[in-house]
Amino acid sequence: MSDILLQGAGVETFYGKIQALRGIDFEVHKGEITTVIGANGAGKSTLMMTICGTPRARAGSIVFDGVEISKMPTHEIVHLGIAQSPEGRRIFPRMTVFENLQMGATVDKLQHFDEDLVKVFKLFPRLEERRAQRAGTLSGGEQQMLAIGRALMARPRLLLLDEPSLGLAPIIVKLIFAAIKKLNEEEGLTVLLVEQNAFHALRLAHRAYVMVNGKITITGTGAELLNRPEVRAAYLEGGH
Amino acid sequence: MSGPVKDTSVSSEQGAISWFDLVKDLIGTAILTMLILTPIVTFKTTMNQGVLFIEDRWVQSLLLTAAVVIGRLLLHLFVWHKPPSTAAAKPVVAKAPLSESLAKYVAPAMLAIAIVLPFVLHQVPSWDKRGIDFMITILIYIMLGWGLNIVVGLAGLLDLGYVAFYAVGAYAYALLSTIYLPLWFGPGVVPWAFYIILPISGLLAATWGVILGFPVLRLRGDYLAIVTLAFGEMIRLVLINWFSFTNGPQGINVPKPTFFGLPFKDEPGGFAAFFGIPHDRIYSYIFLYYVILVLALITYFATNRLRRLPIGRAWEALREDEVACRSLGINTTTTKLTAFAIGAMFGGFAGCFFAARQGFVSPESFVYIESAMILAIVVLGGLGSQIGIVFSAIVIMGAFELFREFGAMGHAVQDGLMYVLPDAVVSGIGSLFTGTFGALYGLLPDAMRNSLAGATTGMDPIQFRMLAVGLAMVLMMRFRPRGLVTRRQPTVFLKERKSVSSDLVAEGHG
Repeated sequence: MSDILLQGAGVETFYGKIQALRGIDFEVHKGEITTVIGANGAGKSTLMMTICGTPRARAGSIVFDGVEISKMPTHEIVHLGIAQSPEGRRIFPRMTVFENLQMGATVDKLQHFDEDLVKVFKLFPRLEERRAQRAGTLSGGEQQMLAIGRALMARPRLLLLDEPSLGLAPIIVKLIFAAIKKLNEEEGLTVLLVEQNAFHALRLAHRAYVMVNGKITITGTGAELLNRPEVRAAYLEGGH
Repeated sequence: MSGPVKDTSVSSEQGAISWFDLVKDLIGTAILTMLILTPIVTFKTTMNQGVLFIEDRWVQSLLLTAAVVIGRLLLHLFVWHKPPSTAAAKPVVAKAPLSESLAKYVAPAMLAIAIVLPFVLHQVPSWDKRGIDFMITILIYIMLGWGLNIVVGLAGLLDLGYVAFYAVGAYAYALLSTIYLPLWFGPGVVPWAFYIILPISGLLAATWGVILGFPVLRLRGDYLAIVTLAFGEMIRLVLINWFSFTNGPQGINVPKPTFFGLPFKDEPGGFAAFFGIPHDRIYSYIFLYYVILVLALITYFATNRLRRLPIGRAWEALREDEVACRSLGINTTTTKLTAFAIGAMFGGFAGCFFAARQGFVSPESFVYIESAMILAIVVLGGLGSQIGIVFSAIVIMGAFELFREFGAMGHAVQDGLMYVLPDAVVSGIGSLFTGTFGALYGLLPDAMRNSLAGATTGMDPIQFRMLAVGLAMVLMMRFRPRGLVTRRQPTVFLKERKSVSSDLVAEGHG
């Protein structure tokens, strides 16, 4: 199973004069969970955002399923089948859970809405309990579930998850990662996961990248990276 | 005279009051009031040809006593001794469904009132035309508020130049009805001009909305507000200075709308003659009232409908989080432009109606303060709340009108007081009023007093209205920062409709 779904080559991104990505090469294979780990400010989220087209890559190419997307506007990229659960969740606080999920189905034009809704509610039963509630009143964990659920409503071929464990209690983090694993195993969903919580991410990942200062320094399978001493020293010791 | 009795009889019973104590207290109150009123109200001395007469005024005195007793009874029942059963036994939550179920009836009730109102006002001889005319003004502002609500309340784009679209609509009617339609289709078309131009003015305004929308697509918040403000002023300045096209500051006289071709004039072929009823200018007012009512309702229902469509939900999502919107595949460019265009379109409709109703347009009607006023209505009403806008439009425009009527109203109140109170008290209150201001005035330094005297000669309350609106805004923002109506109904719901009070969400988010 190694069809490449998303491939980046020499991707460089700038914020004004500051270079955030210094030539990134990466591959996301179909049906796999790929993870990018790294410290704060390494450029993980920038990579995620660059894939989605804001900000645009200044150099290099990003190819999604044979289509060059580095020059496309965000909403068109999304229509190709990439859905993102953005960093900080960015749910719509004044809209209800149900309305948030509806917004997620924009790309799909609500064609499979009922069916997908059942799926999301099955994955995160908490959301079903809270469906009529304003999203802004949910707990952090529930908001993260909503952000992922909203992304899933678009029926993506590639799901981008930006720091889903951010600011969550360990038990909720476990729940979220279990859900990601389930999605991957049962539905064959391709996931690109950006995480600071390296331990959880690497255990889950088929393929992993370590990012430092806008560059990818180590590549391998999740299990390999978990056992490498330098990764352990930098990202895992004292953690989990 | 209410203080000392208050606590004695009841404090031991934790707020409950027995009927016996209540009656005793009220009788005591009545006797005390009568005693106090005897010298100052009940007996009045009058001089007649050098002879002092004593005149008794028992009726007035009893009226006042009754008022005091009833007031005290109400205070007993609702303020001092809240029945413990409702206060303690029922939790606060129990209150919410009541207000919600009431809220369900507010809109239909208001619609019913709006529909019968002209007939009610028709019965009040001195108020019929002015009353209906005033209601028309309020409805125009409600409609403008609903139109701006799409841009500001739903899409979250702060627009300080909304009056520009109002002006576009008004001038579309003015120019097309006086010059271009007669030129293109002959003068016979003029009676129908309003109906032909109404949709055109909406389209023109929408076009201008898109034209404004393009350059400001990347702007948000303060920056957007500044640019829209400038846009509003630009339209007005163009209207003033492009003399050959718009007739400049002198404005344009425009034909009044007809009843589907029948003019409201005392002539054969007029509205009254056609229906065989005596001519009365009131028909024109009633007709205009219903036209603007229908237009406003179209705005209301269209907005409601749009909110349930994907585009409406995209607007709301855009207001919440633009980045998230884009990442969900929403084209934020078109979403913003449609919000501008549709908001502008309703502004254009309202402008067209305004021009037709006034029979005259000039750039003076489209100054910045109008934009600010409409925005104030939207904000006071609670951003995004359509019913709230109705209330705030009534409050703001009503307050404006009140100031205009202040002189007359003051006399009426004074006359009423004169009937029950001795002259000395009334003039005392009056002098207290002027005295307070006079004293404050006296405190000012000379130079300022002189300049004030220069500025305030012939001053009347109407000049205070902006001050009052400003004060109202400050108080609003202090006590109800989320507007008059702060609930937002979800557009979609499962099984039950459940609105969430904004108290649950952080300010700026709720």
